[in-house]
Amino acid sequence: MPLNRREVLGSFAGAGAAALMPGFGLAQNTPQDRPLTRAVPSSSEALPIVGLGSWITFNVGEDPVARDERAEIMRAFFEDGGRLIDSSPMYGSAQPVIGYGLEKLGYPKPLFSADKVWTSDGDEGQTQIEKSRMLWGVDRFDLLQVHNLLAWEAHLDTLHAMKKAGRLRYVGVTTSHGRRHDELEDIMTKRDLDFVQLTYNIADRSVEERLLPLAQEKGIAVIANRPFRRKELIYRFQDEKLPAWADEIGARSWAQFLLKFVISHPAVTCAIPATTRVDHVRENLASAREPLPDVKLRRRMIAYVKSV
Amino acid sequence: MPDWWTYQPRDLLMFSPETYYRLFELHNAELWPAQVLAFIGGLAILAMLVRRPPWAGRTISTLLAAAWACVGFAYFFERYATINLAAPYFGWTFLVQALLILAGGVLAGRLRFDKPITAAGKAGFALFFFGLLVQPLMGPLLVRLWPGLELFAIAPDPTTMATLGILLAADRIRWELLVIPVLWCGVTGATLATMGAPEALLMPAAGLLAILLAAYRSLTGDSAES
Repeated sequence: MPLNRREVLGSFAGAGAAALMPGFGLAQNTPQDRPLTRAVPSSSEALPIVGLGSWITFNVGEDPVARDERAEIMRAFFEDGGRLIDSSPMYGSAQPVIGYGLEKLGYPKPLFSADKVWTSDGDEGQTQIEKSRMLWGVDRFDLLQVHNLLAWEAHLDTLHAMKKAGRLRYVGVTTSHGRRHDELEDIMTKRDLDFVQLTYNIADRSVEERLLPLAQEKGIAVIANRPFRRKELIYRFQDEKLPAWADEIGARSWAQFLLKFVISHPAVTCAIPATTRVDHVRENLASAREPLPDVKLRRRMIAYVKSV
Repeated sequence: MPDWWTYQPRDLLMFSPETYYRLFELHNAELWPAQVLAFIGGLAILAMLVRRPPWAGRTISTLLAAAWACVGFAYFFERYATINLAAPYFGWTFLVQALLILAGGVLAGRLRFDKPITAAGKAGFALFFFGLLVQPLMGPLLVRLWPGLELFAIAPDPTTMATLGILLAADRIRWELLVIPVLWCGVTGATLATMGAPEALLMPAAGLLAILLAAYRSLTGDSAES
């Protein structure tokens, strides 16, 4: 019988029980249980290879119950060694809900705040960014990305100016759903970028051809969004049996199988699955552990997924 | 977004079904006991549609305009806007409909219920009855929670359903008042379908039925005034 996400987390849930992080009220996991990291090429800063997305899942409006639940997801995320949380002004109430969670958790120091600028008016970028910053409640963002390449030329100028002034650490651009890859490739080639964000999962692999190699060549960190193609891939495979050799890559569920595929690509710096459940966020971070599949196993994973 | 046509409705849905339905629970809790007034207003309209007194047109129009304005302000601007960036646009559309009803039904007195109801008008009465008394029960029947009841003059869908019924039950079809309710049937149907809601086809079906019945009445002269 295949394991599902709900069944495998018990063993992981206890992994974070350790000393409290001073000032933050967060349990801290032991070093060997911390997620694997990968370096941001432009700075060599180590970033856990699994982050937290907020599209849909954190857009809960002013619902006090749901806000507290999301704060608990963030607590579990930080307890298990997570750092990068990604959001956007396009995500409805996700930004203030993240801000609520950060305030409730005492603004955990490990936070790597990744947000976006999303407006067709290049002159509005600064205003929108400042509003986003206030909603998060942070002094400055670690990473700001031009959302879906919207007015990207003007916004990149703004972001680079902010970085130069010390008000931003990293600059990036995003796409999703496999769109506008030619334009993204052109921007990656011609402009100075720290990060790109794009869709990459075991079913959407077109970025393997040009964009991921280009990112490696240019020294650009890659954030992989939609690692489960929202929940579609989980639903597609949940009734199928995990292959016996899933143990070789340390995958105890389809979620981990799918996530390990994404983060095992050497060009991927961080994948950002979104979830509404504490056990799932722990399961996702548990994927960021050795062993990860090598090239041969990755090919085997693709073949297996195609066969079921 | 130059490639907007490549997006599917599912790609644009920015909230989960749980969050969407929870919205009605929060909305009802916030507005209580306005639901009682809304229900009494709905029952009053029901009685006027049956008895058809000479003052029914302006009275029903006043109550209906108030219902659309309440949904526009309280639901779209104050509630739905917290999870949907498009909600303010929907809110303004509902306010425009309130003004149209106010202008046409109250000020101009063009929405009348003086004559005996026609056969097609009875179908409109049935739609109003459904929107007021049956549609609110669909949520709990579909295993959602009672606090999340969607009610006439409180939530958009039963308000729209009831409006379609009222307009069909009037002495004459007022097409200018049908446009926005029918459009909303399409919008809410698309939203619910994207969420996989079992009741997704209800509002589009009601909108289509309203168009067909209104066209029938207009083309055949099935008008109580004729």
